[in-house]
Amino acid sequence: MKILYILTGLGVLAMLAEIFRFKKFLFPKVLLGLLLAIAAAVWDWNTNIHYYNNMLTFDNYALLFSIVICATAFLWVLSSQDFFSNASNQTDYYALSLFALCGAVIMVSYTNLLMLFLGIEILSIPIYVLAGSRKDDLSSNESALKYFLMGAFATGFLLFGITLVYGACGTFDLGVLGTYIGSPESITSWRGPGGETLLFAGILLILIGMSFKVAAVPFHFWTPDVYQGAPTPVTAFMSTIVKTAAFAAFLRLFMSCFVGYASLWNDIIWTLAALSILLGNITAVYQSNVKRMLAYSGISHAGYMMLAILTSGDMSSGAVLYYSAAYSVASIGAFAVLAIVEQHTPSLPSPKGKEEGVQPSPFGTAGGRERSSGGGGIDSFTGLSKRNPLLAFSMTISMLSLAGIPPLAGFFGKYYLFSSALQSGYVWLVLIAVLGSLIGVYYYLKVIIKIYSPPQPSQRDGDESSKLLSFGQPKVASEALGWSITILIFLTIALSLLLGIFPDLIIRLI
Amino acid sequence: MSSIQTIHINLYILLSSVLFCIGVMGVLFRRNVIIVFMSIELMLNAINLLLVAFSSYWNDPSGQIFVFFVMVVAAAEVAVGLAILIMIYRNTGTTDINVLNKLKG
Repeated sequence: MKILYILTGLGVLAMLAEIFRFKKFLFPKVLLGLLLAIAAAVWDWNTNIHYYNNMLTFDNYALLFSIVICATAFLWVLSSQDFFSNASNQTDYYALSLFALCGAVIMVSYTNLLMLFLGIEILSIPIYVLAGSRKDDLSSNESALKYFLMGAFATGFLLFGITLVYGACGTFDLGVLGTYIGSPESITSWRGPGGETLLFAGILLILIGMSFKVAAVPFHFWTPDVYQGAPTPVTAFMSTIVKTAAFAAFLRLFMSCFVGYASLWNDIIWTLAALSILLGNITAVYQSNVKRMLAYSGISHAGYMMLAILTSGDMSSGAVLYYSAAYSVASIGAFAVLAIVEQHTPSLPSPKGKEEGVQPSPFGTAGGRERSSGGGGIDSFTGLSKRNPLLAFSMTISMLSLAGIPPLAGFFGKYYLFSSALQSGYVWLVLIAVLGSLIGVYYYLKVIIKIYSPPQPSQRDGDESSKLLSFGQPKVASEALGWSITILIFLTIALSLLLGIFPDLIIRLI
Repeated sequence: MSSIQTIHINLYILLSSVLFCIGVMGVLFRRNVIIVFMSIELMLNAINLLLVAFSSYWNDPSGQIFVFFVMVVAAAEVAVGLAILIMIYRNTGTTDINVLNKLKG
């Protein structure tokens, strides 16, 4: 609970900074506040206190996920100093992202369906605004609107599900619901109107709503567009903190509450996970924009994490925690590098015809469109190792960790998820997941190969701006890194290695 | 017995489901963003109606409290949504959802 007070206070402080003009010190203050929030969560360890008539419970599960979220936010703020400091209304950005963090903390600590709903909304509404924060850029506008419409639509399904569950059981409290659903005698003497049907429909609708939020496959179609159009730091926020919080909420709900009806939703989650893994990975192979590729890979990672919901044993919360920590660290690293590379890619004004001549893509759609949304094409990584070895190394570590290469953190994340699924007897699903991660290695390595391949001037003689981009000699100086980015890069590399070498640090905590 | 309870609960469930489905269809098939917003509101109001009906069925006030939260959140959400829409209208001069096709691939 202290963590929630600190985050809220920090958000209010950020808004006050605009009035009392201490904007300059806001960046270190926010970083310090986030560290303080982590410390507060550690302080509360093992206390297991219920708040507000059992609306929120800060048990160890909630505290651990809060710590992961705040630590990710710490890295995220470090990585996006440019995003904050270049904006005219930077205090608003700080305040919005801090309030979104409050929502994330509520989402991992709720014990009442009302708080689940409120947490999701508190998290989502600031991000709708942040996604559209580049007001003049049409792709940012489009991303914000799509995210808003899909978010509101999904919330509708979630709410309808919650209402039906309430109708069947007469309570919103997770504990009461859990005992009610878990005990077989209550099923035979069902009191609610319409019997079990209402409960079934409610659970299915909640499942649909949550699948929208975590972007599992039949409900994923908004993800690539939203991720690509939003400003890169906001994309990083969406793909790490939002995903961690959504999965923690998903797991908490289905593990503690709906587990009595596991036979109903097991097959559905099985299918969702398999589809997410296969479709996410296969589509990612064909992307030429790195942001889009990371969006599709995020879909496949959602599929892996759904394995844990399926197994819902003692191991699974630890596995999800570890996986989301590893995934968040690697993603923040990748997006930070991507943001820098994007900034220093010369924007091409209207290169449609030219572009298609320069890079004939077998899949047609890649050509001019991606450029118009602010770069991030995979070609802008060509020769990065020459231009800036540190950035190149950081991107390589992030990509390898996302691909799941030992001894990096991503490998053990996958290992724990897959082994707990194997123990529960989901052999086919694990086979699909392994196949999916093999495909994943291909497109992650594609980026790494681009980074370490020398620029090829011969192909690009015709295109003035591409020449600038690939030779990049005048760009060397401008890709010099600020201190916060340098710290971030070392932190992400260190964390990826540390988590990978000592996986027990986290996994035994829950 | 209050007047809301004189009608059988199944009829409330039916009415709310139909309203909710109309809202879903509106979101999926209408192309004007403002009408899509209205359809989302329709979905939420169907939910509110059902919550109140269940609350009365169970003689439990928490369902009605939930309705207040849904209303507040819906208002906040629409405020943000309309702001986004105005931003888009300034840039494109239309509220048609089909203009937004820049992001593909």
